[in-house]
Amino acid sequence: MNLTLRVWRQAGPDAPGRFETYQATDISEHSSFLEMLDNVNEGLIEVGEEPIEFMHDCREGICGTCGIMINGQAHGPAQSTATCQLHMRSFSDGDELVLEPWRASGFPIIKDLVVDRAAFDRIIEEGGYITVDTASAPDANLIPIPKETADFAMDAAACIGCGACVAACPNGAAQLFTAAKIAHLNVLPQGQAERYQRTEGMVDVMEEYFGSCTNMGECEAACPKGISIDFIATMNKDYRKAKSQNRRSS
Amino acid sequence: MTVLDNKVPDGPIESLWDDHKFSMKLVNPSNKRKFDIIIVGTGLAGASAAATLGELGYRVKVFTFHDSPRRAHSIAAQGGINAAKNYHGDGDSVFRLFYDTVKGGDYRSREANVYRLAQVSNNIIDQCVAQGVPFAREYGGLLDNRSFGGAQVSRTFYARGQTGQQLLLGAYQALARQVKAGTVEVVTNAEMLDVVVVDGRAAGIITRDLVTGEISRHSAHATVLGTGGYSNVFYLSTNAMTCNVTAAWRAHRKGAFFANPAYTQIHPTAIPSSDEFQSKLTLMSESLRNDGRIWVPNDPDETRAAADIPESDRDYYLERRYPSFGNLAPRDISSRAAKIVVDEGKGVGPLKNGVYLDFADAIGRLGRDAVADKYGNLFDMYERITGENPYDVPMRIYPAVHYTMGGLWVDYHLQTTIPGLFAIGEANFSDHGANRLGASALMQGLADGYFVLPHTVGDYLAPQLGQPKVDTSAPEFDAAEEGVRAQIDGFLHTKGTRSVDWFHRELGKIMWDYCGMERSKVGLEKALSEIPALRAEFESDVRVLGAADTLNSSLEKAGRVADFFELGELMCKDALVREESAGGHFRVEHQTDEGEALRDDDNFAHVTAWEWTGTPAEPNEHREALDFTNVKLSTRSYK
Ligand SMILES: Cc1cc2nc3c(=O)[nH]c(=O)nc-3n(C[C@H](O)[C@H](O)[C@H](O)COP(=O)(O)OP(=O)(O)OC[C@H]3O[C@@H](n4cnc5c(N)ncnc54)[C@H](O)[C@@H]3O)c2cc1C
Ligand code: SF4
Ligand code: FES
Repeated sequence: MNLTLRVWRQAGPDAPGRFETYQATDISEHSSFLEMLDNVNEGLIEVGEEPIEFMHDCREGICGTCGIMINGQAHGPAQSTATCQLHMRSFSDGDELVLEPWRASGFPIIKDLVVDRAAFDRIIEEGGYITVDTASAPDANLIPIPKETADFAMDAAACIGCGACVAACPNGAAQLFTAAKIAHLNVLPQGQAERYQRTEGMVDVMEEYFGSCTNMGECEAACPKGISIDFIATMNKDYRKAKSQNRRSS
Repeated sequence: MTVLDNKVPDGPIESLWDDHKFSMKLVNPSNKRKFDIIIVGTGLAGASAAATLGELGYRVKVFTFHDSPRRAHSIAAQGGINAAKNYHGDGDSVFRLFYDTVKGGDYRSREANVYRLAQVSNNIIDQCVAQGVPFAREYGGLLDNRSFGGAQVSRTFYARGQTGQQLLLGAYQALARQVKAGTVEVVTNAEMLDVVVVDGRAAGIITRDLVTGEISRHSAHATVLGTGGYSNVFYLSTNAMTCNVTAAWRAHRKGAFFANPAYTQIHPTAIPSSDEFQSKLTLMSESLRNDGRIWVPNDPDETRAAADIPESDRDYYLERRYPSFGNLAPRDISSRAAKIVVDEGKGVGPLKNGVYLDFADAIGRLGRDAVADKYGNLFDMYERITGENPYDVPMRIYPAVHYTMGGLWVDYHLQTTIPGLFAIGEANFSDHGANRLGASALMQGLADGYFVLPHTVGDYLAPQLGQPKVDTSAPEFDAAEEGVRAQIDGFLHTKGTRSVDWFHRELGKIMWDYCGMERSKVGLEKALSEIPALRAEFESDVRVLGAADTLNSSLEKAGRVADFFELGELMCKDALVREESAGGHFRVEHQTDEGEALRDDDNFAHVTAWEWTGTPAEPNEHREALDFTNVKLSTRSYK
């Protein structure tokens, strides 16, 4: 199949950006979206033009590195699918595709389709963990955890940290990412001791970097891992409790 | 040729590690902060080591070329992690895990290391559960297990099909806690491009900031590489796109010996490639072999759809050839068996390059929901890639390069032949011999990082108390930095005609054809003449556009591919001198009448460790003898 791509090119963080048009020709419907881009890049190199920089690594939908806005949709048209797992059979011959980087104030552009998502690490550093020193843990089966609880924690922990939720949000809010981590740890017995400190710390840092949530729900629709928006409600509840509890204890 | 000293202490294997921990030197708590440690890599090995050393009070600086520590390739591991907990009372024990791992490795690993690995495996599970890793559980709330290839007990802990992700997030979160505590500094987007050696000891590293292009120098009292494996020398593999050998290779060029480079693992269950634009292969977890049955049609000219082929016209070749292990035969054996049937023309799929992995029986027996609960995300992944629904039609799979058992040679302390330079995780050669069993790489990475290295590094550092680290203005740092800059300039000024990827693909083809699932003297010699020729072409004809002072992924790849060329040559050389078949190394000249690998214990019960001499074609060979006193050397049988 043949496609026309309109791709955001930007030489560096402070350089002005613009759309450039490229043709992707003779693309197999079995190739992945990123293989299509590899192909276009090979062509660019051949004619002496710098290849398009884009983010990717595992190409299996798990590392969370990839992410492109395709025709205004974070990770493109397929549901619950990261950009790297999109296949060309989701598109048709002759399609015109507009490719842009994640756009959000919390994710400054580095180059072309590549953005800086370091703010996510800052959120995790503010309590997105359970404090336990190496070699100090009791036997793993000491505390039984109901299967439903473990499954719930796993549902939340499946987040890959790609940032599509932020990119899809008109406000550039990071509630879904933050809530998923908080829910994973706050539901487990091991996570109780630091529950409210964690919640307050992470939410406050999140607000430093990202916009505010107005319940648009775009995040859930864009999320490649199907992270549920319900986690946000739980986070908000814990945050309110945290505010009053932490105030009392300080 | 020298015989290497592995520094394994004397004593009974059961208490070796505990006794040794007691006899190693310690750095007292208040002195730890006087030591700087560099760690390269934030995979399971690097992140767990950094978090633990930070907790202990060392000043740790950890580098990754990824944009976040959480992106390391470990994240992609699907199936699970082994431990000898024996929670199911099915007869597991530390000794059995040790025994299975040595046997699975085809008797080419170091007993003392493997025993220690099996011992600490249980601590890993405790540690990870305490961190909140959401392992799968049974209805009673206790931890669930599954079976993996090469074992007859259920000892594999898992978190859906995302075990690596959850373990890595656990280690990443432990690391984040230390960042917050101020003991660890994480430097992202930083690629290590050289190790600096001063007075025979590792003094630090040179890095390039992948976003700004800035080259910088870092020094420390000890340096640790947890930089992963080198499967991508084959171009197509199941590894993430950026996995590479550069850190290990540049350490090798500075004096660290490289052990058993030819030992590569071909995983039996990946999705077959679909066309020539294929950029990587996707693994379908080995856990699928718990319930999936592998077969091909008897008739090479079979045209019926899988479901229409009656039982009598199917060959369940693993169950037939290896009745006691069946579909759970170890990886090397399962992979070669698939190659044999596909080479006979019995392959399935449009390119006839796969075999069936069929869940029809399992769905009939357990019901669709139970199968979905266990493997749902893997099935979804398969469907996304192939457009076929594995609940209705069998999966098609084929072996793919997956893991590299070879790596930097390390002693019992995980120290390389450069004092002060340690290697952990897949980057070292240590525990898997000639073939790694499933679910044991995650175990090894975390064992090294959480439970072994933190002790052995202390033993190295203790005598250096009061000594400052080397100043980064030392001439050795100047020279290393100059070398790095010269290579980058060289790539940008070659202005040739072909892309880096083109060369990488060509190299990959040579490696797969001659140093892949089967190797022969003739083929390896051919590779040894083709690789240098292609490398010369790469040096004169590669086209790297753009500049050095910005994000430039072609430039990054050029450096990595340059190292793959030299490594590829060493792999072929290593495969050529190892005149036996062992595990993942199959020499066609050395097989039994039934086509099984034929070891030569009299002449090859050793590790081959190569020393860089400045000329890729002429490395020096060294050996470490392998003694088997606790496991009896025997021919592996999975029949
Ligand atoms: C698809 C797949 C599935 C797997 N499933 C399983 C499984 O179920 N069970 C199991 O036990 N094993 C499994 N494995 C194997 C296992 O995942 C790996 O062997 C293991 O995770 C390697 O961990 P590591 O910490 O050694 O390296 P990695 O996780 O590869 O980390 C390497 C780190 O080093 C950094 N790095 C590398 N070079 C440089 C440099 N020059 N400069 C700066 N940073 C650098 C990287 O940024 C990264 O942070 C699987 C492997 C694959 C490919
Ligand atoms: S919540 Fe979903 S979209 Fe957001 S970072 Fe996690 S996986 Fe990506
Ligand atoms: S490249 Fe890893 S999730 Fe897409």
